Amino acid sequence: MKKTASYLGLAAAIAVTASVSAPDAARAEWKPDRPVEIVVSAGPGGGTDIFARVVQAALTKNALLTTPILVLNKGGGSGSEAFNYAKDNPDSPYKIYFGTQDAYVLPLGTKVNYSFNDLTPVASMVFDVFILWSNPKASGLNTAQEFIAKAKANPGKVRVAGAKAKDADETVVTLIERATGTDLAYIPYKSGSEAAIQVAGGHIEANTNNPSESLEQWKAGNQKPLCVFTSARLTDKTVVADGMSWADIPTCVEAGIDVKDFLQPRTVWMGAKVPPEALAYYTDLMKKVTETPEFKSYVERNVQINKMLVGQDFKTFLDQQIKTYAEIYKANGWLVATGQ
Amino acid sequence: MGNFGQLMDGFAIALTTHHILIMVFGVLLGLVVGVLPGLGAPNGVSLLMPLTFTMEPISAIILLTSMYWGALFGGSTTSILFNIPGEPSSVATTFDGHPMAKQGQAVRALTLAFASAGIGALIGVLVITLMSGWVANFALRFGSPEYFAVYFLAFASFIGMAGGSPFKTLVSIMLGLAAGTIGMDTISGEGRLTFGINELTAGISFLIVVIGLFGIGELLVTIDEGYKFEGVKAKLSLREIFRTLAEMPRYWVTILRSALIGCWMGITPGGPTAASFMSYALGRRFSKRGWNFGKGEPEGIISPETADHSAGSCALLPMLALGVPGSATAAVMMGGLMIWGLSPGPMLFTSQPDFVWGLIASMYAGNLIAVVLVLATVPLFAFILRAPFSVVGPLIAIICVIGAYTVANHVFDIWLALVFGLVGYVFKKLSYPLAPFVLAVVLGDKAEDAFRQSMLSSGGTLRVFFETPLVATMMTIGIFLLLLPLITRVFGAVFNSGTKRGVA
Repeated sequence: MKKTASYLGLAAAIAVTASVSAPDAARAEWKPDRPVEIVVSAGPGGGTDIFARVVQAALTKNALLTTPILVLNKGGGSGSEAFNYAKDNPDSPYKIYFGTQDAYVLPLGTKVNYSFNDLTPVASMVFDVFILWSNPKASGLNTAQEFIAKAKANPGKVRVAGAKAKDADETVVTLIERATGTDLAYIPYKSGSEAAIQVAGGHIEANTNNPSESLEQWKAGNQKPLCVFTSARLTDKTVVADGMSWADIPTCVEAGIDVKDFLQPRTVWMGAKVPPEALAYYTDLMKKVTETPEFKSYVERNVQINKMLVGQDFKTFLDQQIKTYAEIYKANGWLVATGQ
Repeated sequence: MGNFGQLMDGFAIALTTHHILIMVFGVLLGLVVGVLPGLGAPNGVSLLMPLTFTMEPISAIILLTSMYWGALFGGSTTSILFNIPGEPSSVATTFDGHPMAKQGQAVRALTLAFASAGIGALIGVLVITLMSGWVANFALRFGSPEYFAVYFLAFASFIGMAGGSPFKTLVSIMLGLAAGTIGMDTISGEGRLTFGINELTAGISFLIVVIGLFGIGELLVTIDEGYKFEGVKAKLSLREIFRTLAEMPRYWVTILRSALIGCWMGITPGGPTAASFMSYALGRRFSKRGWNFGKGEPEGIISPETADHSAGSCALLPMLALGVPGSATAAVMMGGLMIWGLSPGPMLFTSQPDFVWGLIASMYAGNLIAVVLVLATVPLFAFILRAPFSVVGPLIAIICVIGAYTVANHVFDIWLALVFGLVGYVFKKLSYPLAPFVLAVVLGDKAEDAFRQSMLSSGGTLRVFFETPLVATMMTIGIFLLLLPLITRVFGAVFNSGTKRGVA
């Protein structure tokens, strides 16, 4: 305890003297001298929460951040609660926000009280991929082609389960519909794992999911991956089940569904008016996190695409994404009038 | 018998000095968390989560589950002493626990609650041990219509069994359903009844409702009725605890029935809260002393407590086997599993037998430790009631306000809790039952989702609810329970007129 206290004092002293004497040095020297809040834009237990807590574990275990870390779950209103909090604390260098594409997609389709300009992008740490799954035993669907054929023969009758409404899963389902000219029945559940169980139990024909949420059901033979929504196949060649590895899953384009990269970035944000030296500090910190064994095993376990975006790269990516999503949302009739 | 061998291996893992110390620490921590309303088990477990990052997964899960058991016991304590349920599932314990405590029998009420909770939990773990392979497959058979049928069963038994005016019960349920609709709608992704208020988009937390209705509502009623502003003279002897324990075997029928309901609701997605309500309602119906329910009846404490804890234990099995958490606390623990590098699912039992059976063994040990520890705290807690109301009253008010704030760190929630306090007061004054309101807030939203999901996947026909034997059986029992009061009345009328005619 004593040690931390004196260390805290020291850090504070450095921060104060540095900012007073040499602004240039401060840019490199800035360090949080107070507890840092990790604000999670989701409730406890889900994918975003696990992402934030893995980062927390990596930070503490490797002593990358020595001030105490508080994790706050602000999952209200599909996560807008967290970003409203960012709007209310625009200049705090002690609060970092964890989310997905929701951070910039939410304002498009839902009436929320923050806008994209209330956030400063820090990093996109890793990408989750989406996979289309079926239950071969119950529905007899073994390939994406069979799935499409069945959907064409029974318009509006083939059911696809996913997490929440107007979120990533429903978006990708509308993309499938448009690409193949089919009419699917999308059924929203509270979480991706709930949706997966419905398919594993044979109650629903198919679902879209992050790989990890259906992995165990695949191993048990209750689910089978039909295709993956990426432009190139996954790289992991370790056999999972039925002699198949992640790399053996065809991309959806190969399988005849013309939907290219549909990826879920795991994003980190700060308030709109944070000091640049703090932003630089956290950007650097997140880079260090991606090199820790904890984070690496997280990426491996979740079969994610290990690509980090920071700075200008991330901003370009965001501009692109917002444009794409706005088009999809417009086509789906989900756009909300933003003239408030 | 294979299970038995694995369980023994599990005991070898769980019963080390290190793990037993962890259990004691976890249970004590859980007690503290459970006693403070608002903090609750889910918050407590997530606060503890960072501590577990450096532990072995089995030690970590033992710590978290022990804390969960402790919190469940702690939740019953405040239900009985102050009429504030610390956990959603201990609401039904207030109905008879608090009246009994007010009559000066706090020690008896607490002992009854803890003992039956312990028995319930042990029966639950026993069911898990014997049927682990079967339960996982059974749970997979639950689609949306089956989910709805389980909730329907809970509602039906409660309406059908409730005493008092059926009209008032209906009003109370409807208001509860309305309150449950507030927030983000799963099916459409739109906010409902939020009136543009930010804090309402997440929906009304159940804990806020309970703190208001029960905690603040009770406080207002007490003041209004000019309650004697002095403490209850509770008997505080250890002998009282043992005397109460000795009367437990007398209630074996109630215990068995409640444990069965609990296990059923735990394995199916009903969960502990629904289980405790259903068990209370059925207890009132089938007990010989049903007329005394709500006035401090021992069976009115035993029914919900046994069911609550057996459901709580059984609910861990679907979580491990399917990866679908049955409660908020389970969701946090599941997140933990993934961070420690384990993925819950059907293969967990074969790929990580040491972990699974170590955990199950720790549930036996953890619950025993919890019962002994909480029984030891009974005199201490009962002593609090001796304090005059002028001391306890303000204390409760402060705890309620802090509790309401802690749920989500919103000042808005404090106002909301005060509003619900007024609602609770009005309900009590006009003798509207609170329980159906609470049940509707807890289950209404889930039942609605399940119903709409069933409708979406069936293309809008109600036939889905009678398509498979499983769902048809549950729906039929539900409808039967719902109509039971009507049936008995009709039968009574026919029977009476029949005898009259026979006489004439």
